[in-house]
Amino acid sequence: MSLSLNGLSLITKAFICVIVSLMSSMTAHAKLEIIITEGVNSAKPIAVVPFKYSGQGSLPENLTEIVANDLRRSGKFNPIALNEMPQFPSADSEVDYKAWQDKGIDTVLVGNIVELGNDQFQINFELVDVLRAQVTGGAAKQLQDGQLILSKDHIVEAREKIIRDQDFRQYGHIISDIVYEKLTGERGAFLTRIAYVIVRDRETSRLPFQLVIADYDGANEISVLSSDEPLMSPSWSPDGNKLAYVSFENKRSQIYIQDIYTTRRTRITDFPGINSAPAFSPDGKSLAMVLSKDGNPELYIMNLESRKLRRITRNRAIDTEPSWAADGKSLTFTSDRGGKPQIYRVNLETGSTRRITFDGEMNLGGTITPDNSQLVVVNRTDGNYHIARQDLTSGDMMVLTKTYLDESPSIAPNGSMIIYSTLHEGKQVLSLVSLDGRFKALLPVSDGQVKSPSWSPFLL
Amino acid sequence: MLQTRAIKSLIIALPVVTLMACSSGPSEEELAAERNRAAQEAAQQQEQQKAAEQARVKAEAAKKLEVAQQMAKSEREALESKQVVYFDFDRSTVKSDFNAILDQHAAFLAKNPNQKVVIEGHCDSRGTPEYNIALGERRAKSVETYLLNAGVSSSQITVVSYGEEKPAVMGSSEYAFAQNRRGVIVYQ
Repeated sequence: MSLSLNGLSLITKAFICVIVSLMSSMTAHAKLEIIITEGVNSAKPIAVVPFKYSGQGSLPENLTEIVANDLRRSGKFNPIALNEMPQFPSADSEVDYKAWQDKGIDTVLVGNIVELGNDQFQINFELVDVLRAQVTGGAAKQLQDGQLILSKDHIVEAREKIIRDQDFRQYGHIISDIVYEKLTGERGAFLTRIAYVIVRDRETSRLPFQLVIADYDGANEISVLSSDEPLMSPSWSPDGNKLAYVSFENKRSQIYIQDIYTTRRTRITDFPGINSAPAFSPDGKSLAMVLSKDGNPELYIMNLESRKLRRITRNRAIDTEPSWAADGKSLTFTSDRGGKPQIYRVNLETGSTRRITFDGEMNLGGTITPDNSQLVVVNRTDGNYHIARQDLTSGDMMVLTKTYLDESPSIAPNGSMIIYSTLHEGKQVLSLVSLDGRFKALLPVSDGQVKSPSWSPFLL
Repeated sequence: MLQTRAIKSLIIALPVVTLMACSSGPSEEELAAERNRAAQEAAQQQEQQKAAEQARVKAEAAKKLEVAQQMAKSEREALESKQVVYFDFDRSTVKSDFNAILDQHAAFLAKNPNQKVVIEGHCDSRGTPEYNIALGERRAKSVETYLLNAGVSSSQITVVSYGEEKPAVMGSSEYAFAQNRRGVIVYQ
């Protein structure tokens, strides 16, 4: 999707259409709320000072709260509480650098919101490096064209933007992305979504299976599809417009692709046996999948234009869970050809296949990180199922979670975080863990079991 | 039966009536016509008796079929009460404990070739949903193979795997896991 900032409302508009057309299948449900369980201590303190507001009407969203929550959930930052702030500046010129440094705060985000009328607001913000400002006195000079000029290099970033009231949440995530990228050197993934399946009680729900998408933080939850039979394995198209998934609506597994904006859906496969585990190729032109039409579960790649199938594996064992490497040249998959399920990798050009996991009784559901350096899996050791990460160079495996019956790990597009499904107090819930394993959070919901999370690609 | 008796008495009564009406006695033609008529009536009577007999046989056969169907139905109902076989963790081989049950299903299905079944394969919630779909299919196919070897026609069987998506018992106790690792024979 090549959307400009102004195009943001396109998303909102399209989503409103989806809501209206699916109203009948919508049910009220609690918003996902992220509870951080581990990793705050290791995060870097930062101050997100509430932006100064000049206007008559009330603000549609608390912009700085969105930013602070994003940064906190990244596991890399610890935004300090309002009552710990020595002052509430709205611009660099008002910042008392020493006061912040005395508090141990290196970085301060300040800004202004001005109401322009007609549902329009002007936002400006500055990201201030307090340490650098202390050194230069806030007035660093730089040699340019043979003259010393004021460079103010302690202002890491400054932006100004006019947005509409419905764009506040998205713009909050954009500010978070900017701050995150400036301070970590890594692209932020705050303007992303997750797809997941909610399973409610058959006794109380006519359509207990629901495929849902929400902002990565659980806001704007929208129903894509409700069914009286299981829904499984949602997988995003690389443009973020479509989902492939498995539906049992006809009492057998079939693969569908659905446009999340127009809600138009197409049945892709209806072969005898299982039709399972769809995964879009990085170029969006093909769909890897698992079919057992030729006897037992094998990997296939379908060209989505010609609908022609290419068989990838040929083995009496179970081969499933294909996952694309970022370059589209290989697939990792789960196979029990060695007796127990382990992760293998097949080169799609040469067809050569090799086993890549050896630690633990089982390894399943493998995905390679976007930088091609790590493999994320569900690892079974001593009967416990945990999310683990294996370094693809050294082969070292590190268990990242301590939760119970972990499954379905999905990696954020910037490779910083893993979302997965786990059992918490007898209920299936979504959980987050950072790739280094230090930061952990739960996303509990009140009604139903939540499973099969899938993190979207970058949406902007 | 009443009707038949009435016809009989008519046949006897008619010649008497004609005799009384015609003192000069009937002509040869009249007698021949009368004999024809009587013969025709006798034939008709025979026909009716035959039809009645056929209806009786038919009714008896229907009754027999109904009894047989009733028996098949109760047999099927008895089988449906033991439609589940259980599997060991990450295994798909049919345990010998379930041979007797599967033999009963096979015998019934072989005897009733129009009877169709769906064999569902299920898993406990451990492992990933996608792997479990594959494992569930393997389990359902083990049950299918057993029935085929025991003489059931492949046209009677459909296999579907639900993996871990339709647990029989909620929760994560060993008991729940054991109850959920199952193959289910569903009569259609």
